[in-house]
Amino acid sequence: MGSSDSFVKFDKVDKSYDGETLVVKDLNVDIPQGEFLTMLGPSGSGKTTTLMMLAGFETPTGGEIYLEGEAINKIPPNKRGIGMVFQNYALFPHLTVNENLAFPLEVRKLNKSDIEEKVKKTLDMVELGEFGNRMPLQLSGGQQQRVALARSLVFEPRLVLMDEPLGALDKKLREQMQYEIKHIHERIGITVVYVTHDQSEALTMSNRIAVFNDGKIQQISSPDVLYEKPENAFVANFIGENNQIKGKVKSINGKNCVVTTDKGDDITSLKINVNAVGDASTVSLRPERVEINSTEGNFENSFNAKVKELIYLGDHIRTRVEVCGNDQFIVKVPNSYKGANLKEGASVKLSWKASDSRALDLG
Amino acid sequence: MNEKTAGSILTTEGIPLKVSLQKAERRNKIRAILLVAPLLLFILFTFLIPIGDMLLRSVDDSYINTVFPKTFKEYKKWDRQGLPSEELYKTMFFEVKEGSGRSIGKATTRMNYAKSGWKSLLKKSKRKFKKIEEGPYKEQMIAIDKRWADIEYWKALGVMVDPTTAGYYLNAVDLKYNVDKEVVRQKENRRIYNHTWVKTFKVSILVMIFCLMLGYPISYLLSTLPLKYSNLLMICVLLPFWTSLLVRTVAWMVMLQQKGVFNNLLVMSNIIADENRFKLMYNETATIIVMTQILLPFMVLPLYSVMKTISPNYMRAALNLGASPLHAFWKIYMPNSVPGISAGCMLVFILAIGYYITPELVGGKDGQMIGNWIAYHLKTTLNWGLSAALGAILLGVLTVLYWVYNKLVGIENIKLG
Repeated sequence: MGSSDSFVKFDKVDKSYDGETLVVKDLNVDIPQGEFLTMLGPSGSGKTTTLMMLAGFETPTGGEIYLEGEAINKIPPNKRGIGMVFQNYALFPHLTVNENLAFPLEVRKLNKSDIEEKVKKTLDMVELGEFGNRMPLQLSGGQQQRVALARSLVFEPRLVLMDEPLGALDKKLREQMQYEIKHIHERIGITVVYVTHDQSEALTMSNRIAVFNDGKIQQISSPDVLYEKPENAFVANFIGENNQIKGKVKSINGKNCVVTTDKGDDITSLKINVNAVGDASTVSLRPERVEINSTEGNFENSFNAKVKELIYLGDHIRTRVEVCGNDQFIVKVPNSYKGANLKEGASVKLSWKASDSRALDLG
Repeated sequence: MNEKTAGSILTTEGIPLKVSLQKAERRNKIRAILLVAPLLLFILFTFLIPIGDMLLRSVDDSYINTVFPKTFKEYKKWDRQGLPSEELYKTMFFEVKEGSGRSIGKATTRMNYAKSGWKSLLKKSKRKFKKIEEGPYKEQMIAIDKRWADIEYWKALGVMVDPTTAGYYLNAVDLKYNVDKEVVRQKENRRIYNHTWVKTFKVSILVMIFCLMLGYPISYLLSTLPLKYSNLLMICVLLPFWTSLLVRTVAWMVMLQQKGVFNNLLVMSNIIADENRFKLMYNETATIIVMTQILLPFMVLPLYSVMKTISPNYMRAALNLGASPLHAFWKIYMPNSVPGISAGCMLVFILAIGYYITPELVGGKDGQMIGNWIAYHLKTTLNWGLSAALGAILLGVLTVLYWVYNKLVGIENIKLG
């Protein structure tokens, strides 16, 4: 099993803890060698369980996982040769940084000079060469994170798993570490499976993102496709900010369709996840794709709206308006010279293109 | 403000900051002192003063000097060559004749420790001295009992001249002063304490080891089970705490005696023959079994509280890095549980070494520990000096162990919860 471009393969994998509900349902994923794949989803969506099955700490209740074409369900975690960065790092508190890094090498019975050399090389890679003799608890959160990363790489595993590795860091450090992990991945070309619930982290780092919800992958694609072309209402809502207008499909015309809202407004949208006239649908629209009081004429959709609230955010003004019966509709107005001098309560005209609005399932 | 406080930081009102701070903190300090005062007083009166008193008692030898003050004054003039002078006999005579029967009786108990025979000699003498009206006394006393002519008795008094003595400590390790105040070993048939000390340590260490062997897996399970199961198991572990020590000990007697539950089961299931029943009661084995059961919670609780803090991710990480489960346990889990192991072992060992009621009830002759001898001398022989010396040695041993432990492991590594 396993084709040449599939380094890790999940084949119809199910997982249940209690025998009544499935935490992971019929999971099928192929991960090519060298890819940085992120599993993104809310808590309880099955992403961590999936990672734990890959690491060998949980056994699938159905299906099979392949690593380089080899079925690994029955291989214990210590024989899988997969590196892992744990949540809260799991650095051994009674060992120094050097000893932590040497641990996987000693287990593999490398000779002493090789161990020393590899430990030093890996520590240098994460820029912690000076800290080898410290105890983990003497290091800052960011430094501990790097040690954990170094430890997962030092024995040159074929695959590295990361379970929310940046969750405990503050925002600034987290962003810095995102780039560092990304660069290390690019430099050594290792395959990475990364779990997070933070969508900006996923967008920054990944080649591909698998969005999990309810034990299933909702969509798996590159960050830009995921953001710009969400295939269902959950993905559209989960990734980035999103305006939703509910309605019913009135007509279908090739790749476009018309959705009528409860108030009777007709919205021309791309037909993405609706099948027939009469289907309930959610129209999804990114806030930055909406123009206010535009003078140009080539918008398929144009509606009158009322400004409800203005929130000043420096580079843009977040404007909440009521349109098509939705009073939580958000428009991002750039704070530029042409930024409209809007007042709360003013009537405005909103316009957007059919190609920016996507008719999805009800969600 | 005067010159003294010049240069220090002032508050906006011009009062030195330190004075102001002290004022602000005073109320808190008084509050703190008042809160701990009852406990401090309690500890002072029920713990520190009794221990101090015990330590004093273990070396105190002044009572006899208050009963025979003149005799001992005269005694110091004696050259210990040949029988003492008439003068010493005379002071002894009058102090025995005129002293109250009670204080002399008490003194003779002490004198008997130095040389047995003193008690009966003085008892007899006091009765007969009444008839003697005038001197010379030496011949008349010897006529009453020829032991008055035995120089050994007189020499033995020399051990008691000093108001402090190391005699009780010597007794506690099977040594004694001979009549010439030289340290010698006790007679063969009176050597009991060294043997008991060794047994006390042996039993305590064995109980500690068994508690660790039984407690470690339980604690591990407790710390890894989901809460609803671990609570139930915890109750089982703590159940012994809710039952009287005496009841539990008696229950063990029912279990372990030769016609008891355990032996009956073995006989009934034909594992042993009726005449080969195990002797599990009234010996050292019984002491070890019962003490292990009673002290087990003191091992489990600190172990559990430490294991609870060891993240399961440590073991996972070790496995993930390629270690076998056994290797991961030994190199990663075990070292992280050391604070719990040492706390549990210290606790069990300290409790075990001074244990009294269990060995008393189930130990028989063979299973007695040093605590039983302390109680015996307190209650039966009334030799409080020896009891105090045995207790003080126990205290000293524990202090030394504590010190060694602190040097080796560091006391800050102990975690009780």
